[in-house]
Amino acid sequence: MEIRVNPTRMELNQLKKRLEMAQRGHKLLKDKRDELIRQFLERVRENKELREQIEAELTAAMAKFLLARAVMPQEVLEEALMYPTTRLSLTAKRQNIMSVYAPRLSWQQTARIRGESEGENSNIYPYGFVGTSVELDASIETLAEIMPRLLKLAELEKAVQLLADEIEKTRRRVNALEYVLIPKMQETVRYITMKLDENERGALTRLMKIKDIVRAKV
Amino acid sequence: MSTYKIGVIGDKDSILGFKTLGVTTFPVIDSQAALSVLKQAAKDDYAVLFITEEIAQDLEDAIAELNKRFLPVVVPVPNNKGTLGIGMGKIKESVEKAIGADILFRKEG
Repeated sequence: MEIRVNPTRMELNQLKKRLEMAQRGHKLLKDKRDELIRQFLERVRENKELREQIEAELTAAMAKFLLARAVMPQEVLEEALMYPTTRLSLTAKRQNIMSVYAPRLSWQQTARIRGESEGENSNIYPYGFVGTSVELDASIETLAEIMPRLLKLAELEKAVQLLADEIEKTRRRVNALEYVLIPKMQETVRYITMKLDENERGALTRLMKIKDIVRAKV
Repeated sequence: MSTYKIGVIGDKDSILGFKTLGVTTFPVIDSQAALSVLKQAAKDDYAVLFITEEIAQDLEDAIAELNKRFLPVVVPVPNNKGTLGIGMGKIKESVEKAIGADILFRKEG
């Protein structure tokens, strides 16, 4: 189906310009889509691997914690965990992946209690070791270890989701241009050219006919 | 640049351990409570929300809605009973959406 237009020379010129523009846009969008997919694949592979790792480890850590809960009275456990020694805060920057804005997270762990020893791992336990079980220590240690990767996972997963949305959108635009808009315009250009030619031929034959008539009368 | 917080939503047994890391924990029992927590947390300055899959499976719409935004990031994590495959499913979904066919998980399915 072509676009309904008046078959005039002016329309034709305008249409040709639009067609050219559409073709340029189509090429650009196609390039964008290809690059987006490349970026996407890179991330999604990493994402999958990271998630597999983390799911296994996190389940284990949580199971350990469950064990710790089982061997300790609930009140003692809750008291032990009541006041964390550290506070985790995040800053999020915008990172631009092919004009898709995804957050880039970085975190700081700050000690809540001043004067606490700044040892590497000694201050993640907010309780004394009397009255708590080994399982609790172990589960908390694993959790602390997993946390940075969990944040990395969050970052990746977000980027992957946003990229997937953008790719879908871009692909739709590319296809709309490629299979609908551009063929339609080409069809219309052809229609107008043919119509114009036909008019010209019509005018020519009319002239010839008139000439004949005039000649016959003379 | 502002700083953000991290939250964990899920059943108490699974998430309490996170508290020691300086992460806010939201112990919830059912998805109804989780939904209101999620909504509130999204309004506050939480950048990352981990939510256990058991709770997340009933809140897919809300999570999908939040994940269209720049922040927060809602990440389904397994709980102490193991993974339900929701997080993996999300990745698979993204791949299908972007590529049109599932090229990462093909061997398994």
